[in-house]
Amino acid sequence: MKATYSDIQARVARRKTMDGIFAVVGLLSTFIGMITLTALIFDLATDGAGRLTWQFFTSFPSRFPNQAGILSAWVGTTLVMLVTALTAVPMGVAAGVYLEEYAPQNWLTALIEINIANLAGVPSIIYGLMALGLFVYQFHLGHSILTAGLTLALLILPIVIVATRESVRAVPGSMREAAYALGATKWQTTKDHVLPYSTGGILTGVIIALSRAIGETAPLITIGALTFIAFLPGSPIKTEFPFISFEWLTSPFTVMPIQMFNWVSRPQREFHFNAAAAGLVLMVMTLAMNGIAIYIRYRFRKRIKW
Amino acid sequence: MELQERPGTLKIKMPQVATAKEPVLKVAAEARKPIIQVQDLNVYYGSAQALKSINVDIQEKKATAFIGPSGCGKTTLLRCLNRMNDLVPNVSIKGSVKLDGQDIYGSGTDVIDLRRRVGMIFQKWNPFPKSIYENVVYGLRIIGINNRSRLDDVVETNLKRAALWDEVKDNLHKSASDLSGGQQQRLCIARALAVEPEVLLMDEPCSALDPISTAKIEELIHELKDTFTIVIVTHNMQQAARVSDHTAFFYLGELIEFGETGKLFTTPEKRQTEDYITGRFG
Repeated sequence: MKATYSDIQARVARRKTMDGIFAVVGLLSTFIGMITLTALIFDLATDGAGRLTWQFFTSFPSRFPNQAGILSAWVGTTLVMLVTALTAVPMGVAAGVYLEEYAPQNWLTALIEINIANLAGVPSIIYGLMALGLFVYQFHLGHSILTAGLTLALLILPIVIVATRESVRAVPGSMREAAYALGATKWQTTKDHVLPYSTGGILTGVIIALSRAIGETAPLITIGALTFIAFLPGSPIKTEFPFISFEWLTSPFTVMPIQMFNWVSRPQREFHFNAAAAGLVLMVMTLAMNGIAIYIRYRFRKRIKW
Repeated sequence: MELQERPGTLKIKMPQVATAKEPVLKVAAEARKPIIQVQDLNVYYGSAQALKSINVDIQEKKATAFIGPSGCGKTTLLRCLNRMNDLVPNVSIKGSVKLDGQDIYGSGTDVIDLRRRVGMIFQKWNPFPKSIYENVVYGLRIIGINNRSRLDDVVETNLKRAALWDEVKDNLHKSASDLSGGQQQRLCIARALAVEPEVLLMDEPCSALDPISTAKIEELIHELKDTFTIVIVTHNMQQAARVSDHTAFFYLGELIEFGETGKLFTTPEKRQTEDYITGRFG
């Protein structure tokens, strides 16, 4: 059958309608996500903004909602993140660089690689259970900041390894060849070229991983984090010799999301406002970390041209 | 650096250069021991054989060109001379390559030391994304030389050797990636020369450069071979004729013909060589 001009016009119109429909559906989908998120933030802000005073940051939790604060929670979160970063970053970067630059290409390496990818998908509560068995019951590290930091370090280790490998792989082979051709050893090539050129990507991955860890609650409840802490861990800096103390590592702790959980589960409405305020603080912390990651990526991309 | 000739005129001059050197060469070839001796070299990538029993002698302080169609194994051979092929997975190398009489594939060879004696320039220039200065001195820094005045000297000497000094002397601490392609390639040459190698391997150093930059680098090769032994892989037969003293023609992993450049280009012994250099190949 021969298509007449009006037939073709009708078909074109139909296709244009389809085009328009998809654009609307896509726009709506985008908006639903955005609106929900904005509504959540707005809700948190209206509930919690009133509680965001200096006193809120410098007070311990209390049974009087107006006097309760997040001092022990944010100090706990900071210290746990410090332990996590100090253990996960060197281990993850070393493992990633080893796998990418040094490991022989055989079935064992392939097996390890597959398992690391799988580890990144293990539910966090499983890490909590493992940490309870290993760190708390076997190594007797207690329900401490050290245990919590190590648990979260294990949790984000696969993410750091994968991020490191991706950034290291992005360094062109010609850079390695250039260094080898000048008589550099593998370590010199790695330290002088591969690592500096992939720092941006590695840091981005590390920060994204830490911002995931900062919101983790389940594994820390599993290892026995307390929900009510009215004291601070010992200061890491002392006035007398040897000036540094690691006593804080063994201290009991709480973290931001657990503090929130504690407040939300209380019947009084005032505590819910506290929870919303803590939620705001936690979200600002996460967004700030992501912002830093984006900035670092931008800076390093701009600096390094091949 | 001033350009003495345009690329076009270089081409016409080619046979003169070759014939003028001929008598000198014969004496030199007999008198001088080769710096590199490739003996019965076979290279396999997995099960595919890339080089088939290659025997080549490379004379000291001469330029030797490897020519041949793509995939003929000339780059593979070049990368065997400083063991860069070690970095390729699944490669197996049989036979020997002797540098000053020592087999570089023997058990006593330190690859790091070998690569300092046999430098390399790559097809695509690859300066580090650091300053011009740091690029040139990298080969010294890795052996622990950090003395400022010594490094300053090395930078000046080698940028002059690479005919780049006048263009960059006021911007030594600027990023190398801001230079033009030809300048970056000359920077890579300066970087390779800074470690004072005995041999300089060049893997199609001009294939991605414009004619002016190419002419500069060819002129450089002429000057450098007073001090260094040069092995150059090229797709450009005029280039091989212009810059080299000896030429080796490879085809499908075999060395078809090897001899003085002037002779190989004017009276080749093998039919395949003649077909290739006259463009009748394929």
